[in-house]
Amino acid sequence: MDQFIYVLKRLFSRRVVLLAALMLLAVTALAIFFPMFSSVDPNAIAVMDRLKAPSAAHWAGTDELGRDLAMRIVYGGRYSIMIGIATAFFSVIAGTALGLLAGFFRKLDAPIMRVIDAMMSFPDILLGISLVSILGASLWNVVLALAIVYTPRVARVVRASTLVIRELLFVDAARALGVSTPRILYAHILPNLMSPVLVQLTFIFAYAILAEAGLSFLGVGVPPEIPTWGTMIASSLQYADRAFWTIVFPGIAIILTALSLQIVGDGVRDLLDPKLRKSA
Amino acid sequence: MNDNANPLIEVRGLRKYFGSGPHPVRAVDGVNFSIREGETLGLVGESGSGKSTIGRMLIRLLDPTDGEIRFEGRDIAGISQHQMRPLRSRMQIIFQDPYASLNPRMRIRQILGEALDTHGLAKGKEARQARIAELLDLVGLRPEYADRYPHEFSGGQRQRIGVARALAVEPGFIVADEPLSALDVSIQAQVVNLLCDLKERFGLTMLFISHDLDVVEFLCDRVIVLYLGKIMEIAPTETLYHRPRHPYTQALLAASPVPDPAQRHEERPLLVGDIPSPANPPSGCVFRTRCPYALPACAESVPPLTEIAPGHWKACLRDDITAAVIRGHTS
Repeated sequence: MDQFIYVLKRLFSRRVVLLAALMLLAVTALAIFFPMFSSVDPNAIAVMDRLKAPSAAHWAGTDELGRDLAMRIVYGGRYSIMIGIATAFFSVIAGTALGLLAGFFRKLDAPIMRVIDAMMSFPDILLGISLVSILGASLWNVVLALAIVYTPRVARVVRASTLVIRELLFVDAARALGVSTPRILYAHILPNLMSPVLVQLTFIFAYAILAEAGLSFLGVGVPPEIPTWGTMIASSLQYADRAFWTIVFPGIAIILTALSLQIVGDGVRDLLDPKLRKSA
Repeated sequence: MNDNANPLIEVRGLRKYFGSGPHPVRAVDGVNFSIREGETLGLVGESGSGKSTIGRMLIRLLDPTDGEIRFEGRDIAGISQHQMRPLRSRMQIIFQDPYASLNPRMRIRQILGEALDTHGLAKGKEARQARIAELLDLVGLRPEYADRYPHEFSGGQRQRIGVARALAVEPGFIVADEPLSALDVSIQAQVVNLLCDLKERFGLTMLFISHDLDVVEFLCDRVIVLYLGKIMEIAPTETLYHRPRHPYTQALLAASPVPDPAQRHEERPLLVGDIPSPANPPSGCVFRTRCPYALPACAESVPPLTEIAPGHWKACLRDDITAAVIRGHTS
């Protein structure tokens, strides 16, 4: 417990990391808990209130169907954050595994990386569209499609780092001791990959939220009755000249969340690097 | 070499070629030598002569292209890494660069602990704790340091940790792969003394790879001079330093700095040019392109390593090059 507090203290010794963590906590908590204790229907249509500017009744205004934007942002956060986290999580796991194998075992390098290259040769959004079209539009299929889209990025970065780390002397030292290959991968290579992987994780989180918006805009994203920040921007875009709030507020939500996550990610990365630690 | 009663390691026709095609890099090109039990054998030569490649092959960090490596009579050159595993506790390596040889993400306790765990040594929390403290003490570090990370240590201390890791599995044979060349001169002396102590204490057999001739003279019983992947001369240290018979050994000794100005010699036959490409070595004697004594015959055939005095071998056609004592010795 002491150690946990000590770690937190060090992580938050930089003011901006603390701020970002609080922001992230607030957004997540709101997204998780508000819908639990509220009976508001974010999909309630009020035709008379269409495209109302922000006011006391509607803090963030209303959209083209008169739905309250503030409510929809809170509800949408649930799905956007989930899509972001799940996509980042799955693509990092798959990409790290593939990159590690390709970088460490020379015989696997060409077969794995040619498949990865082939995937990378598609524009992200096209690959996403085709995958969702094949799988069918549902929340989880969007996550799956986006995870597949971003896996090659992680794999490339991890492979490049693995190629470098594999040649370092401490890996030879472990081999000379007779340490098994799985343990070398797990105990010697993987921990030294954490920095680039964490950076990718935070990037993909932000990209996934935006890509989901793109897919929704093109009509192959999550079903329209599920409010996500992306679908909100996408569906209101044509009213943006008359009602800027319809895209500004969901946009701010995306930016704040993605930015906070990246700052926290940087903080964690620095924390994981023993060289940047002050000695205990 | 039949004069050695107990060779711990015998190397026959060892080769390592890198790359394929018509001109592979011949890093090590057919070397024969043996290391007696308890002996410290020096391996000297320029950069690119294949010193480290030999050291790495002996403990099978590199797979030989051809040849035999007999460890206690058993050929380990071709056995699988799996078969090699139990032998790994008997042979260890100390690396050149103490900054790269310790995993920056592991505490010293974990680094030493991994060595113990791999071979099932010092089982149980207390035994392990005690053994790690003992190992640190052995190399002159405080046991409290066990919970630190490598970056919190100086180069000399890191090299000591590298030595402790090698000793953790109680090996009988250690390859020291230029363990001093990344260290400051003042620290080098400490590490040399440490190696000397440990060698005595545990009766270690050692292959000491270096290009520092003074340290090799101090530490080693016998010395091999390597050039372009081939052995030029093997002799007991005393003989090699005072009566070198190969022109290359003479040139190496002449190029080594002498601290006492009164003992410096005016005319030193220094080598010119660079070591040739190991992908395209000269015909015949590989040294002939830089040898001041080369004859046309030197290009014709590879001079065999022949014994010119008990335990003293050289690979040179010319027998008329007498042992000029080129370098001053205070000893």
